[in-house]
Amino acid sequence: MSSGDRVKESIDAAKRPAMGAGFRLQWEPAQQTHVLLYPEGMVQLNQSAAAILTRCDGARTVADIVADLERTYEMTGLMPDVCTFIAVAVQRTWLELIP
Amino acid sequence: MSEPIPVPASPQDGGRAQPGIGSERTGPPLWLLLELTYRCPLHCVFCYNPTDFGNVGRELETAEWLRVLEEARALGAVQLGLSGGEPLVRDDLETIVAAARRLGFYTNLITSGVGLTEPRLQALRDAGLDHIQLSFQDSTRRMNDFLSSTRTFELKSRVAALIKKYRYPMVLNVVLHRLNIDHVEDILCMAERMGAEYVELANTQYYGWAWRNREQLLPSRAQVRRAEEVTARFRERVGARMRIFFVVPDYFETRPKPCMNGLGRVFLSIAPDGVALPCQAARMLPGLTFPSVREASVRSIWYDSPAFNHYRGEDWMKEPCRSCPERGRDFGGCRCQAYLLTGDPANTDPVCELSPQHHLVTAAVARAEQHAAKPSSEQPLVFRDYRAGEDKRA
Ligand code: SF4
Ligand code: SF4
Repeated sequence: MSSGDRVKESIDAAKRPAMGAGFRLQWEPAQQTHVLLYPEGMVQLNQSAAAILTRCDGARTVADIVADLERTYEMTGLMPDVCTFIAVAVQRTWLELIP
Repeated sequence: MSEPIPVPASPQDGGRAQPGIGSERTGPPLWLLLELTYRCPLHCVFCYNPTDFGNVGRELETAEWLRVLEEARALGAVQLGLSGGEPLVRDDLETIVAAARRLGFYTNLITSGVGLTEPRLQALRDAGLDHIQLSFQDSTRRMNDFLSSTRTFELKSRVAALIKKYRYPMVLNVVLHRLNIDHVEDILCMAERMGAEYVELANTQYYGWAWRNREQLLPSRAQVRRAEEVTARFRERVGARMRIFFVVPDYFETRPKPCMNGLGRVFLSIAPDGVALPCQAARMLPGLTFPSVREASVRSIWYDSPAFNHYRGEDWMKEPCRSCPERGRDFGGCRCQAYLLTGDPANTDPVCELSPQHHLVTAAVARAEQHAAKPSSEQPLVFRDYRAGEDKRA
């Protein structure tokens, strides 16, 4: 999981991202942040990462998530950023894409 | 299993800096390790349990462990290691896992696999166990059995299959040393066959039993280099399918590791008898009385006890660390190593080439080179057991 990871595939907006096996997302009051927990490790998530990952429930599609984020944060044009993030997350196995 | 437990991963893209690192303020003990028992059916030569573990007091009761979990979680502990000895020796492991999971811990079981039957694995899964780390001593049965002094290899292969069956990510930990480091290729092939997702090739850390056996276990520089090359090639071939971590033995470095990210910063370990430690090996440090969870709350131990505050900050440091620009990165290295090698835990970790005692490390490495050139068996390996534990620590 080095920052040298490169993203090769583009993301199909009809797919449904879900947490990868062994990964768990939760809010930590002591750290005042969302964290991603995995075997013997932890990543503290910044706000945008948390906003995306908390929506990756295996039910919503990438398109649903983008629409929800744009509504919630009153923004537009988030698709490319969200796709890039999800692609990196998939590569790091934080997320799995369900057809 | 008493292999080294990595402290929390450093922040990555999408993450933020860890609190408490490089700051004066004491952050929470994000990492909690419960060494549930020192009992273990194996007798590894590299075990870093204390060599006098036979004399450690009565193990904590279930209710006491559960109270530790509650108190630590309230402080912000979130990664939980369940280790030992062999944690499966405790028949309340399932209860402890269930309680931990309910509290929001990410639960890691660190096991030799002995005692991990299908019913127990099923029960642990039902209890919410997140992760299992399985240790292997080597890839060949002969070597494995020799190094762990029991016939456990087949059992471990079976356990590995079980772990896969219950859809856990498969993490293999292999402790490397002179006697198995040349088998790294076989070890990695075996890991691949078993479908391992992560492999930690962790070089022995020289505490406890491993310290007693150091002269027999320290590999030569050429051995380490070969093993690294093999690992790099393998990594290239398997790509992201299997992530391989190779931890270079610090004796071969010129700077020490930031041991535990600094004592008392993120890591809290509880020994079987309830003694709280800032590192599993720290019990050996002289002049400190480590408090027991039987007598004090986890909060007061972490924040207020003199033992936990002693190595926080930089006041304890001696030269050359005290005025070194790198002290915020490595915190002067490992206190236990400084103590074992130099007799004073406040000295610079002699792994550092700036240490006036660095020659102690290079001399040990030089002896390892000689050994590699001309193996001798004048000093027998001491397998971990209770009897050998009764005489004095080396
Ligand atoms: S003897 Fe081996 S298996 Fe048992 S605790 Fe020590 S290192 Fe772990
Ligand atoms: S002198 Fe001390 S602080 Fe400086 S690099 Fe060496 S161990 Fe680290």
